[in-house]
Parts: sequence; structure tokens; C-alpha cells
Amino acid sequence: MSGKVQPSEEEIKMETEKFHSRETPKLKEIEFVHDVYNEIAQHFSQTRYKPWPIVSNFLETRKVNSFGVDVGCGNGKYIGINKKVFILGSDYSTGLIDQAKILHERESFNDIIVADGMNLPHNDSTFDFAISIAVIHHFADEKRRIDAIEEILRVLKPNGQALIYCWALEQEKSRRGYHEGMEQDILVPWVLAKKTEGKKNQPKRKGKGNKERDVEGEDLVEQENKEVIVEQIKNEEKPPVKMRFYHLYKKGELSDNCIKAGGKLVREGYERDNWWAIVEKVQ
Amino acid sequence: MKFLTTNFVKCAVKSCDGSEGSFPLKYENCQLQLEEQDFNPEFIVSMLERLDWNAIIQVASDLGNNLLPSQKPEDIDGNSEMLKDLHSLLIETQIIDGEMVCRNCKHVYYIKNSIASFLLPPHLAK
Repeated sequence: MSGKVQPSEEEIKMETEKFHSRETPKLKEIEFVHDVYNEIAQHFSQTRYKPWPIVSNFLETRKVNSFGVDVGCGNGKYIGINKKVFILGSDYSTGLIDQAKILHERESFNDIIVADGMNLPHNDSTFDFAISIAVIHHFADEKRRIDAIEEILRVLKPNGQALIYCWALEQEKSRRGYHEGMEQDILVPWVLAKKTEGKKNQPKRKGKGNKERDVEGEDLVEQENKEVIVEQIKNEEKPPVKMRFYHLYKKGELSDNCIKAGGKLVREGYERDNWWAIVEKVQ
Repeated sequence: MKFLTTNFVKCAVKSCDGSEGSFPLKYENCQLQLEEQDFNPEFIVSMLERLDWNAIIQVASDLGNNLLPSQKPEDIDGNSEMLKDLHSLLIETQIIDGEMVCRNCKHVYYIKNSIASFLLPPHLAK
């Protein structure tokens, strides 16, 4: 991947203003989550192949032949981990589901559909277990985040367990440097860089004293690994940066949301800049 | 979408929750394809327990198959013929194109290129 091309201050400011001007959380999600994932799906999928250990362990320890749902499965990274369970993966992004289809063609132990995590097309008490990895943090207000967890619990069988992961505010050790006290609702750029013939034409960035902390006080230089996309941009007017909305969870917040959603907290923890919780549906 | 999945999806509209017509959906103008898959008899036995057999019959009939037994098959452990038939129906039968209609609210969902979409227009989504 070539050098990092940063969104300009102007672009960041424009996107942030646009985000705040959208009247409802639903509209914010359409523009700053769903549309972006559809646009970046192919490249995003290429960066999502390493399963996280706690997720793998959760999946490997499910009962043989049990039946689960992966809400927000993206490119299906987790639907093929354990071939002894059946997983129905769903995602709002048609683009990501298309990637999942390519990666999981002809597998007998899963299926994929396009669905909205807030309006899951399943009867109550359908699944033995659920996972929702790096998804709930994309809902744009707290009520919708709690409702989304409640929706997962609804489709779980009584005593069924869900593993939920959300991005953490506390990331002091990561190069992103998000930390306690910062704004939790942020826009994270996926930079679309212009493809050039040689690398010498890539804009260079020198010096680290530049003002790059404009949006919500966040560092927009170093974001998720490899999240710099080099893509041919045919239309020069097209904004070269795509902003995704995230709510960064602070310590205790995810378990609090799970309990407010009516679930019973089984375990919680922190792994790789994320908070995770295992929540159980009560009778 | 695998035939099996038809037993686990319903109309996504919240006001249809609990209504009889929202599950199973009505399958119309569907194109099917048989896709060879690994045969796992234990999975079929275990999955059979949780299937809503009436819904299986109804969807199969929508798709032109009226040959299923009216009662859910029982004690099929050693019945390899029955297990293979069920494997072929549930796992190998793909709906690659078609429509799914809610009998309650009449909303139409589409299956294209083997992918079913349950996204709702904004006024119907929570």
C-alpha cells in the first residue's frame, strides 16, 4: 500500500458538518455507515481476514450442529470458522454480502442474506447463539444501540448467548491513541487515494506538526490498519475520503447497554482495542 | 439462498410480528439450482428437530414440489435414503432468483444472484 493521503481539513470539516446536519440517527447511519461500506466493500474485505481469538474461541465452543446468527457478518470472516455449526450471516451492506458470497461459495454450513440488524427477519427465539462483531458501534445514538442488542436477544432462544464486540475509547496503546475523556462519537476516514502511474506522484506528507486533529478532537492520520485505499478516481469532483460513524465504547458501557437491552451479562472483557461482552437471553 | 433458510426468515416489518401470514413468506417466480454439497447426516437429523415442517411443506409447494410427507419424518437415523433426500432439499437446493411476499402486509422481498434482501424502505424500518 502506498503512502497515506490525508483528507484535507476542509473535507473533514465539511463531512462533520454534513453529519451533524442529518436530522435523525437513521439518516446519519445511511450516509455515514451503509453508503460508505457499500463503496469501500471490496477493499475493506481484503483487509478483513484474520479472526480475533476470542470470537474464534466462542464459535469453537458452541454445541455441535447448533444454529447461530452473525448479525453484521461483513465479508463472512466468521461464518466458516467452525464447520460443525450452521451460521446464518446477515449484513446491511449489499457490497459486503457480495464479497461474502465470493468467499463462501458452496459451503454447506452457512448461508448469507442482506438484512438490517434493527429489523431482523427472524421469528423470536430462533437461534442457539449469536455473534455481532464490530457492528453495534455504528448505530448513531444510544437508544438504537440498546435496541439493536435487544433485537439480537429477541431472535435468540432462551439461555442462548450472544458475543458482542464494539470499538473501545480506551486505545492508549494503539497508534490511534483514542483515550478516556475524548469525544466518543467520531467519524473515521477511509481515504480514497488517487491511483497514479508511479509512486513519485503520491502527495508527500512531511512533518507531524500539521493540524490534523480537527474532527471531534480525533487523530485522523493513523486509523485502522491498512485503511488506506488506493483507487482510481475517475471523477475529480468525487470526494476522496469516506467517513464512517463510530461510537467508541468506554469501560462498562457495553455491559450496561446489554443489561438495559434485557440481557444477562455472562462475561466481559477487552481485546485488541475492543470491548466485548457475552450476554445471555433470559427466559 | 438455501432452501433451509426459508424456514428461518420472515417478514422484517415490525407490525407483522406475530401475524400468521408473515411466516413462512410466499415464494413466487423462483429459479432454483441444485448445488452439490458435503453430506452430513448428523446435521440433517439434528436440524430436522427444529424445523417447522408445515412451513417446509408450504414453501416446497410454492416452488412446485408437492411430494413431501404431510408429517415430519421421524426416526430417520438409519434411513439414508430419506436423509439424502432431505440433504438435497434443505442444503443443496438454492433459490437463485425470485420473490418472497409477506401474506400479511404484502411487502415483496427479492432474491437476486442467490442473495435474499430483507432491507426495508425507510418508512417501514425501525
